[in-house]
Amino acid sequence: MTVEHTLPAGQRTRAEEAPTEPAAVRRPSLRRRILKEKWTYLFLLPGVLYFVVFHYVPLLGNVVAFQDFSPFRGIFGSDWVGLENFRTIVRDPEVMRALTNTLIIAFLQIVFAFPAPIILALFLNSLVSDRVKRSIQTIVYLPHFISWVVVVSIWQKILGGAGLVSEILERVGVEGVNIMANPDTFKILVTSQVIWKDVGWGTIIFFAAIVAIPSELYESAATDGASSWRRMWHITLPGMMPVISMLLILNVGTALTVGFEQMLLQQPAVGADAAQVLDTFVYFRGIAGGDWGVATAAGLIKGVIATILVLSANKIAKKLGGEGVI
Amino acid sequence: MTSTDVREVDGTTAGAPAARTRRRRDAARPVWQEPPSTALKAVKVVFIAVVCVVMLYPFVYVIGMSFAAPESVTSGQLFPTRFSTGAYQAILGGGIISRALLNSLFITVVGTFLSTLFTALLAYGLTRTRFAPGARGVLLMVLLTMLFGAGLIPNYLLVKNLGLLDSYWALILPVLISPFNMVVMRAFFMGLPGELLEAARIDGASELRIFATIVLPLSKAVIAVIALFYAVGYWNVFFNALIYINDTDKWPIQVVLNQFVVQNSDIANVTNPDMPPPPAVSVQNAVIVLATVPILCVYPFLQKYFTKGVLTGSIKG
Repeated sequence: MTVEHTLPAGQRTRAEEAPTEPAAVRRPSLRRRILKEKWTYLFLLPGVLYFVVFHYVPLLGNVVAFQDFSPFRGIFGSDWVGLENFRTIVRDPEVMRALTNTLIIAFLQIVFAFPAPIILALFLNSLVSDRVKRSIQTIVYLPHFISWVVVVSIWQKILGGAGLVSEILERVGVEGVNIMANPDTFKILVTSQVIWKDVGWGTIIFFAAIVAIPSELYESAATDGASSWRRMWHITLPGMMPVISMLLILNVGTALTVGFEQMLLQQPAVGADAAQVLDTFVYFRGIAGGDWGVATAAGLIKGVIATILVLSANKIAKKLGGEGVI
Repeated sequence: MTSTDVREVDGTTAGAPAARTRRRRDAARPVWQEPPSTALKAVKVVFIAVVCVVMLYPFVYVIGMSFAAPESVTSGQLFPTRFSTGAYQAILGGGIISRALLNSLFITVVGTFLSTLFTALLAYGLTRTRFAPGARGVLLMVLLTMLFGAGLIPNYLLVKNLGLLDSYWALILPVLISPFNMVVMRAFFMGLPGELLEAARIDGASELRIFATIVLPLSKAVIAVIALFYAVGYWNVFFNALIYINDTDKWPIQVVLNQFVVQNSDIANVTNPDMPPPPAVSVQNAVIVLATVPILCVYPFLQKYFTKGVLTGSIKG
């Protein structure tokens, strides 16, 4: 760009010249760089405004957790109560129940719903025909795009009190079976619903990982006499490990968020004892119940624990030699 | 060996040349891969059948029952034998459901347009992180929001303080840009041929002009898939509508579906009072179908794009 540089380089082509440029040329001043990119800032402006207003400003709203908040007096007019709301939470048996339910459901989901797409992806990979693979994928992806309201409605029509299964059971003499309203099996039910809705969708990323494994590995393993099970165990699964560990980290981070809409929709049918989780507790206590401070405090604790969880899972994954997310 | 549609199990032996020439167009088994045993094939066929039935039958049943004639709904059969469109006529004459569908349509169209537009603007701006001072900070700011959220109550208080309660904007503005969609779009923009954009810049085209006349036309695939994802999200909006919209006339279809089907409120309210009431079961199933049909309509397009690897490609990158 500078005269000293371009004159001797006059004979050279642009492509040769480009790589040496940054070293030879003084960087233009910050002001000039900003002015030169003024259009870029115009592109960024609406997005920045959105993220500041709808993602960062509400973070400040968490101060409500330390207040005896009333919507009429607002954040600036409400009394500060220190850690009182947190004390209330620790003493409240309902919080304990919500926490227990959350942890049980999170555990079931990590043990059953997390591996389900891995197994399905391995199965699809074992099929030779692309056409069969693609047809199955088309079918299993579908429920991911259906809202939870529709999913719960459909499940009610099949498994609910007046649903298909209960009517068939009635015909063989078993009366009053309503799987959708049974608190004892509710946690298994919600895990099954999660698997039904998202098992197919989950395979996409695992399948991409499988496809990226070079086929020569399989070929030489097969030549050395490795059976298809051993190839799966020693080639496919290790090849998927970075993706599996990454998704496991993300799942652990969101473990305390167990299907909020799913729980909210089904709580009236099975009762709060079985279906109260942390998020629904926050909703019922705060927005529905008007106990804003306590609800916000519960949400804040949840958010902090989730952040700690995802950061430590990330660290563990790195220690074990895998790739972290962050 | 019985012949089935399933290629995997059609009994060909991979090693035999005759068998290999019989496979056309479809993928062939690699030479080194041994064919599965008969038992394993049987297990696979059963597994495929079970997966397909479990995934598809609920939809088939609900659609079937929504068209069931009154005398055909109470017998607990796997599929009704006599059909009628009475439930749909009664619902669409009733007003509540058609208004909810129109509300959802409005939210979906406006929301999808705005979300796609602002996601594209931000994503294009963030392709300039190497040149514009501070842009990297903006990228970090966006990515960080994928790790934590402010929480339910602070978000609610914000929407309330902005005066958006009972407004459709409450369903659009708080979810305007999805960081994930932005990352997908940015990855696609980064992959566009840089020489082309550079040439336009040297010719004196403004960034806005480059964006509108070069970037957008070259990115139709990713814009289509992101728009479809936003559209599905807006059509399916439930919880935000439940807490932000109190005016029942403004309810989108998912909230109405929850009210009348999941929570089993008086379903007779949604049908036309001047018509003979169809069985409640048919009406409920028909409402489920109406809330799902738009998704089923766009699904083939979604499917087409994500098999092209638009999404997985950028996730890996």
